[in-house]
Amino acid sequence: MEIGVEEIKQWLQQLSQTLQNKKEYLTDLDQAIGDGDHGLNMARGFKEVSVKIENTSYTDLGLIFKDTGMTLLTKVGGASGPLYGTAFIKCATVLTGKVTMNVSELTDALEAALNGIQARGKANLFDKTMIDVWEPVVSYLKDHKDSVDWEDVMRLSNEKMEATKDLEAKKGRASYLGKRSIGFIDPGATSSAYFFTELSKVLKGVSK
Amino acid sequence: MKKLINDPEQVVQEMLSGFVAAYPKLVKQVPNTSVVVREESPVQGKVGLVSGGGSGHEPSHAGFVGKGMLDGAVAGEVFTSPTPDQVLEAIKAVDGGKGVLLIIKNYTGDVLNFEMAAELAEMESINVAKVIVNDDVAVENSTYTTGRRGIAGTVFVHKITGAVAETGASLEEVEAVANKVIQNVRTMGMALTPCTVPAAGKPSFTIGETEMEIGMGIHGEPGIERSEIQSADEITEALLTKVLDDLNLEENSEVAVLINGLGATPLLELYIVNNKVSQILKEKNIHVHETFIGEYMTSIEMAGCSISLLKLDEQLKELLDASANTAAFRK
Repeated sequence: MEIGVEEIKQWLQQLSQTLQNKKEYLTDLDQAIGDGDHGLNMARGFKEVSVKIENTSYTDLGLIFKDTGMTLLTKVGGASGPLYGTAFIKCATVLTGKVTMNVSELTDALEAALNGIQARGKANLFDKTMIDVWEPVVSYLKDHKDSVDWEDVMRLSNEKMEATKDLEAKKGRASYLGKRSIGFIDPGATSSAYFFTELSKVLKGVSK
Repeated sequence: MKKLINDPEQVVQEMLSGFVAAYPKLVKQVPNTSVVVREESPVQGKVGLVSGGGSGHEPSHAGFVGKGMLDGAVAGEVFTSPTPDQVLEAIKAVDGGKGVLLIIKNYTGDVLNFEMAAELAEMESINVAKVIVNDDVAVENSTYTTGRRGIAGTVFVHKITGAVAETGASLEEVEAVANKVIQNVRTMGMALTPCTVPAAGKPSFTIGETEMEIGMGIHGEPGIERSEIQSADEITEALLTKVLDDLNLEENSEVAVLINGLGATPLLELYIVNNKVSQILKEKNIHVHETFIGEYMTSIEMAGCSISLLKLDEQLKELLDASANTAAFRK
């Protein structure tokens, strides 16, 4: 399977569309246990990404990831700007100079992104953050480089997102609530599930 | 949503333009940014002080830019921390060669964005230090969580750190004083009504007509307890007790008091709060060096207040008394 700029563009455009559609839902999730800006920030940031990549032609995967990361970093703010921005920039460093990538290279990029998010946000698994989706998805991809089933990735990311409902937040704004954060799905885990779901939708259609 | 605005997307830029237009002798805006700096920036031979955060807390932080307090303030979207590139612009605009101290309120977003900005500034050979304000006693401090939030007590950090920076102290000395203020300031707040982020268009939470939330954050984050509203005296006693328990004040201690309105609570009510605060402190033999009452760190149009106490020693007292000339704080 070869993944090129067109697939990445398609993914980012679909992700942006999903985030515009889910803006209010994400805001509702964040108002329950955070400060209510996650939906607005993600929608605003990816709208900018959408415009940026629409009007640029890329020959290098690294550059489209870098542009996406820098746009998020400079347009989003909050915690999600630096975290998603870092994720895309870390992917870019792995993918620099590549015109296409295979699943193994994509996995390396996403693993670098996960490490970047962890280094910046200092969150661990089960802290009720985006890591709770990222970590299992990246693990799955590492274990299934040659046999990835994108339907499984979608299912896994949604399952792990849902599972944050039962966790007590240890990082981020929701951690101030302690046990009161239990019973709510984490907004960052939700946007991360969209991230992997839209990626899977695009890659599922790419022939092996 | 009923607000005196033009376009929810433009509130921050229009607010900043209006602010800068009002105080041209004190401040200027760094072109094409959401950064407000002292009119004479960069001030040579002085550590530059930069703070900031999401908008919606006016007059924080631009209102405290001026002689004796901040050199620069970075405004994010409403309740959203500013981005690293904007913070970097502020750092560059105020660096007068002695380095820059970042005063950050303890929120994940603020810490991440300011830290990234500090890394970028260091790449440009600007010496940057940072302090993190966590005065809110409503939330428990724990090494396993994000820790306490930074709220109205931050204004004391701006004031006192600004005064020491004005003396030409080194970055290390300025940072040490900032940390000393942070260690000695505690705040506790409560809310009666929610607020509405313009771009969200609906209130951040709902609260019954006769309810209040103790420990509410300045972004409408839930507090520690929702209950039926009580009298001003009872509420004040509850807030102040929590602050006093945490600050561990001995008899004959000296403090500065800050009674901060969250946006929709009139001075009339804040004075009533202070009536009880001053009574309790008197009973406990704690001396009030100075009291500040008004809107210092708001939460858009939320009704409610916070009470901050700063424990003073001779050094802090002298620095608190030093002159300052900013839009929202003059001495």
